Amino acid sequence: MPVEHVNGKDKGPVMLYALSTCGWCAKTKELLRQMGVAFDFVYVDLLEGQEQDDAMQSVEKWNPSGSFPTLVINDSKSIIGFREHEIREALGI
Amino acid sequence: MRFPELKETDVEKIYQTLDNDAESGGYHLNPDSEFTKNLIRGLMKNEFRYGYRSCPCRLASGKREEDIDIICPCNYRDPDLSEYGACYCSLYVNSTIKTGELAIRPVPERRPPRLARSLNKTLETLIPVPKKTLAFPVWRCKVCGYLCARDSPPDLCPICKATKDRFERFI
Repeated sequence: MPVEHVNGKDKGPVMLYALSTCGWCAKTKELLRQMGVAFDFVYVDLLEGQEQDDAMQSVEKWNPSGSFPTLVINDSKSIIGFREHEIREALGI
Repeated sequence: MRFPELKETDVEKIYQTLDNDAESGGYHLNPDSEFTKNLIRGLMKNEFRYGYRSCPCRLASGKREEDIDIICPCNYRDPDLSEYGACYCSLYVNSTIKTGELAIRPVPERRPPRLARSLNKTLETLIPVPKKTLAFPVWRCKVCGYLCARDSPPDLCPICKATKDRFERFI
């Protein structure tokens, strides 16, 4: 799966599943940038075929509704939707 | 897939049309015009790649019949407006949010997940069409609930402008 990396402070693995057209995904990505955290992101709508299906299965593992944005922190916690307070708390920033 | 450059004049034009349609139907666009125009860019991108304006905040399959419930305005807009004051992507808001009295909060996904959607579709084909007992069948717009009794649904819903294929037989 072609994942893009954004450099920043290492807070463990931070993975953002997003859509390139979604306003709340954009806000979540911008928040992570502002916080200066290192993270990976993937725009699932820009993937095709098997790659998109694999990405959806990863999203659904953390978020059965399969909605976006889904943020997975430390392979242990997921935050669904743009929830600034929860994201800051989970990352300790 | 390469996407054409979106013209700002087109974004503005669609913004004005959606705003006029919303206000005349008793709906409101999100007052954060920059955020709203971003969603409109998403709708335009989806129209280009899928052929219809599917919700910018949901993953479309690219097959119209599978995405029919998430073509904007989606089937979930009105219940989300009633419960949360905003639709899922927050393109549409109610008057308390428009005036700034209440802030927008995240709207949970109301659309059933993938597996449930395909099961529902199978079930629908098993349910028989009701027997004709009225002079005309009654058709219901799945977006806004508009009802009409005539041989077939209108090409466009007169209330919310949803297309004919978004009507269901109600009675």
